Amino acid sequence: MTDHLLSIVLCTPLVGLLVLLVIPSENRSLLRIWANVAAFAGFLVSLPLVFRFNSSASGFQFVERADWIPSLGVHYAIGIDGISLLLVMLSTVIGLIAVLCSWVSVETRVKGYYAMFLLLQVGIIGVFVSLDAFLFYVFWELVLIPMYFIIGLWGGPRRLYAAIKFFLFTLVGSVLMLLGLLALYYLHLQQFGYYSFEISELMKLNLPLATQQWIFWALFFGFAVKVPMFPLHTWLPDAHVEAPTGGSVVLASVMLKMGTYGFMRFSLPLLPQASADRMIVQIIAVLSIIAILYGALVSLVQQDWKKLVAYSSVSHMGFCTLGIFALNANGLVGSVIQQVSHGITTGLLFLLVGMVYERRHTREIGNFGGLAQVMPKFAVAFAIAMFASAGLPLLSGFVGEFTILQGAFQANRTWAVWAVFGVVLAAAYLLWLYQRTMLGKITHDENRLLRDLSWREGAVLLPLIAWTFWIGIYPKPYFDILAKPVAEIVARTHK
Amino acid sequence: MQNLWLIPAFPFAGFLINGIIGRRLPKIATNIIAVGSVLLAFAWALKAIFALGDLNTPYVEHYFTWIRSGEFHVDYEFVLDRLTAIMLLIVTGIGSLIHIYATGYMAHEEGYPRFFAYLNLFMFFMLTLVLAGNYLLLFVGWEGVGLCSYLLIGFYFLKKSATTAGNKAFIVNRIGDFGFSLAIFLIVVNFGSLNFGMVFSAAPGKSEATLTAIALLLLVGACGKSAQFPLYVWLPDAMEGPTPVSALIHAATMVTAGVYVIARSSVIYTHAPAAMEVVAVIGLFTAVFAATIGLVQNDIKKVFAYSTVSQLGYMFLGVGVGAFSSGIYHLMTHAFFKALLFLGAGSVIHACSGEQDMREMGGLRSKIPITFYTLMCGALAISGFPLLSGFYSKDAILLAAHHHAPWMYWVGVITAGMTAFYVFRAMFMTFFGKYRGHHHPHESPPSMWIPLVVLAFLSVVGGYFFKVPAILGTMFPTLEEGEDVALMAISVAAGLIGIGIAYFLYVVRPGLADNLASRLGGLYTLVYNKYFVDEIYAAAVVNPLISGSRTVLWKGVDAGLIDGIVNGVGSQSKGLGGWLKLLQSGNIRSYATWVVFGSVVVILAMGIAGHGMFSGAAR
Repeated sequence: MTDHLLSIVLCTPLVGLLVLLVIPSENRSLLRIWANVAAFAGFLVSLPLVFRFNSSASGFQFVERADWIPSLGVHYAIGIDGISLLLVMLSTVIGLIAVLCSWVSVETRVKGYYAMFLLLQVGIIGVFVSLDAFLFYVFWELVLIPMYFIIGLWGGPRRLYAAIKFFLFTLVGSVLMLLGLLALYYLHLQQFGYYSFEISELMKLNLPLATQQWIFWALFFGFAVKVPMFPLHTWLPDAHVEAPTGGSVVLASVMLKMGTYGFMRFSLPLLPQASADRMIVQIIAVLSIIAILYGALVSLVQQDWKKLVAYSSVSHMGFCTLGIFALNANGLVGSVIQQVSHGITTGLLFLLVGMVYERRHTREIGNFGGLAQVMPKFAVAFAIAMFASAGLPLLSGFVGEFTILQGAFQANRTWAVWAVFGVVLAAAYLLWLYQRTMLGKITHDENRLLRDLSWREGAVLLPLIAWTFWIGIYPKPYFDILAKPVAEIVARTHK
Repeated sequence: MQNLWLIPAFPFAGFLINGIIGRRLPKIATNIIAVGSVLLAFAWALKAIFALGDLNTPYVEHYFTWIRSGEFHVDYEFVLDRLTAIMLLIVTGIGSLIHIYATGYMAHEEGYPRFFAYLNLFMFFMLTLVLAGNYLLLFVGWEGVGLCSYLLIGFYFLKKSATTAGNKAFIVNRIGDFGFSLAIFLIVVNFGSLNFGMVFSAAPGKSEATLTAIALLLLVGACGKSAQFPLYVWLPDAMEGPTPVSALIHAATMVTAGVYVIARSSVIYTHAPAAMEVVAVIGLFTAVFAATIGLVQNDIKKVFAYSTVSQLGYMFLGVGVGAFSSGIYHLMTHAFFKALLFLGAGSVIHACSGEQDMREMGGLRSKIPITFYTLMCGALAISGFPLLSGFYSKDAILLAAHHHAPWMYWVGVITAGMTAFYVFRAMFMTFFGKYRGHHHPHESPPSMWIPLVVLAFLSVVGGYFFKVPAILGTMFPTLEEGEDVALMAISVAAGLIGIGIAYFLYVVRPGLADNLASRLGGLYTLVYNKYFVDEIYAAAVVNPLISGSRTVLWKGVDAGLIDGIVNGVGSQSKGLGGWLKLLQSGNIRSYATWVVFGSVVVILAMGIAGHGMFSGAAR
């Protein structure tokens, strides 16, 4: 592949950003239109990746490689396998939807807002396509900045607190992650006599278990904060509640997957013995299960609609990490599918909360009730999102959860038993939320005149709804795409 | 190719049409689509069954692969064998009648097209459930019918009690699914497949421990769906749904899915005798337990709801003692007479303008005669009156129970007596004596009473015409049991005694029952309040879970402990507030920039310190 397709995908939002910067700030409608065009272009250029991806080939595809800082062994090396393909596609779709959903909701500093989103998009795609640890780290940190501003400048009343909490948690994690990556870098120098950050080079390393364990924990903090895993999750509810809808959607749907992706791309392949170490696996599995149950239980008692969805993310992401550390094909494949599914369903849930918030300027569950009467289309969309999130068969959540749990069961039956409880609880908190917001009589007069979904809102929701059905009904292409890369990871950890 | 997929596809199409454009269609079009799609499914099922002949070997249709992970794969595949054939005809046949009935019963309700869309969607999932050729596809139907049950129980979504009942049904079923899911995982691990054919042919070679575990976990799922102790609590509440829903979903079809799954998995169960014993004991206990509650209820639908729980217990007893075909036999006859009882109850409620309390009824015999006579057929059938449908199936189960363990037979007989009592108590309170209500009871329209007549006919002769044990003889191991006239006579007598006592208490000496109730005092209160099981669950499980989550987990661990530590660490240096001030003073941008590019500096610095900046052997 010499046509730089992947670079085009990576740079399209950047070009969009540069053009955006020359549009005068006063011309809001042009800014809006251009940002949407750029996001749509970003999605369009990513489509050929799907059509030209060869799922029967092993290794990375669309690889591009150039020296960047040769003296330090830093390369511009990008490429994708099945795992990154799905996450890149998720990013371009969600990126587009996040920009689209901000059409009316953002009125202040429009230019800055869209600029941040396009920058964010570059960073996220960069994280998923990097084949060089340094490049990965640059993109990883690049994501942090725009998200910090999106929360801090366009967020709710406690936005500054939330933004700084988000920033500090992630920063501490990132620094530890950086130390881990640097350790690998120097160990590589020691063993091979030359500098390289390239993942393929780092994979050649042969490290004693103790060293691997140290590095594992360093990386762990970087990734676990992002996922977020219990007990490093407390930044998430605050960040979500304060973030504007578009920010929440990107944060939950895509950014959290950077953490799980890190585990799959770095921890497992580069530190296979540590990743398969009994104690480490046991600790992470237990933390994942705690996240599943804890997130669900705390969701159950939330009074803020958005916070409830945020905690449910903790629960759902617990399934993803559990699947990864089941260290078998089912666990990992299920985890990736669940990551995509979570991106879709949680994206939907946040979009829906945002739509209600735009109408009512409150998210307190107690202020609602009976919305199904005035907003029937909204109620249907919400029901679909809810059942997809709760893992009902023929919707995406089921396929991911089922496969993860099957993998977990193969690894350790006790894990699966505990994790399945999370599925029971998911039904409880979601149905209860639905009952309190959508069903019953209208208890607040302000809700009587709420308008139903507009065509633009429908256009934002429909693609995601269609996607959740697709994965639920015919997930085979996803299993095919993931088979090879997952088999390679599993083979490494089982050596 | 019989295109079995068309059987569920017809009602699914009905769901789509009525669900999407139903509100813009005239009522008659909604009716034609809703009823027509189910009739088409019925016709297609009949056509397929007749075209396939004796069905001694399962007929399989494979469509495409759903999930593939390594060697393991799950396909969309349908299977038609004798068991499925019976289930198909019950579901589509009874389903058609209930759809027709509902066109009359729901005529004046809000959300008419929505109701039929849900009902058709239910048919789609129920037919998927019985046609499924593997456990996971069965689970799709299983969850799908649960979804529709939720939607239909909460159909009157303005009523809080209705939506709460819907939630309860879904969540309790999820608890059952907990077991079902684990059973599926265990099957995959041990068999490498979920396909019925593969699993059942390999099952005899597996260890008894494994098979017992699978069987018990499936039983947990079955207890949820078929409302067995201790997961039965959702079914009585489910009566919040419109009466046709109670008849179709919560009496005739969906709640029998648990029995179906156990019968379908008979190969596993027969190799796990301990699990069979548990099935039988749970079934028997539920049968007698629910029957006692049914004795004292005053809401006509609640009586039949507990009756359903109890009769499902009978079916579990049947399959549990190894009489799989008898369990299915009772499943079928129960579908006839319980659908009839519910639809008849609906007709009574309809006549009394929505009244469900039997204390507000009475003397309706002359006012709604068709309802009365048809309902009488159902009441006699469930009481095991000789030669009616319930007689055959109940007798088959009790006989098998006696063969297995005589004490089970005796408990079953006592339950049969109680069954006859509470059903006739309901009959007498409703139709005999003087009318005690304040409405003007009127007979229902033909769309409602015609299905009643058909079901009454089936309740009377269905057991004789459709000898399920003979049909299923080739599928299940037959139990060597002789006809035992004495045992049969005893159970018939129990039924007659039950009817007699009800007649005495509610027709001959009305008032005596209340007297008796007050004399029993505490015991009566206990049973009348359903043994306080709901209250116990609330106090022992639900409330601690919620308050614990709120005070301990959320306020305690999350906000208190974790954030406390984080903020505490912060305050050692500057505190989050300190950072805040720093950042608010206009340094946000420079700070943020520093972080990213500072990292680069760190790398460079470490490089210099370690090896000299450019001395390394750069590639």
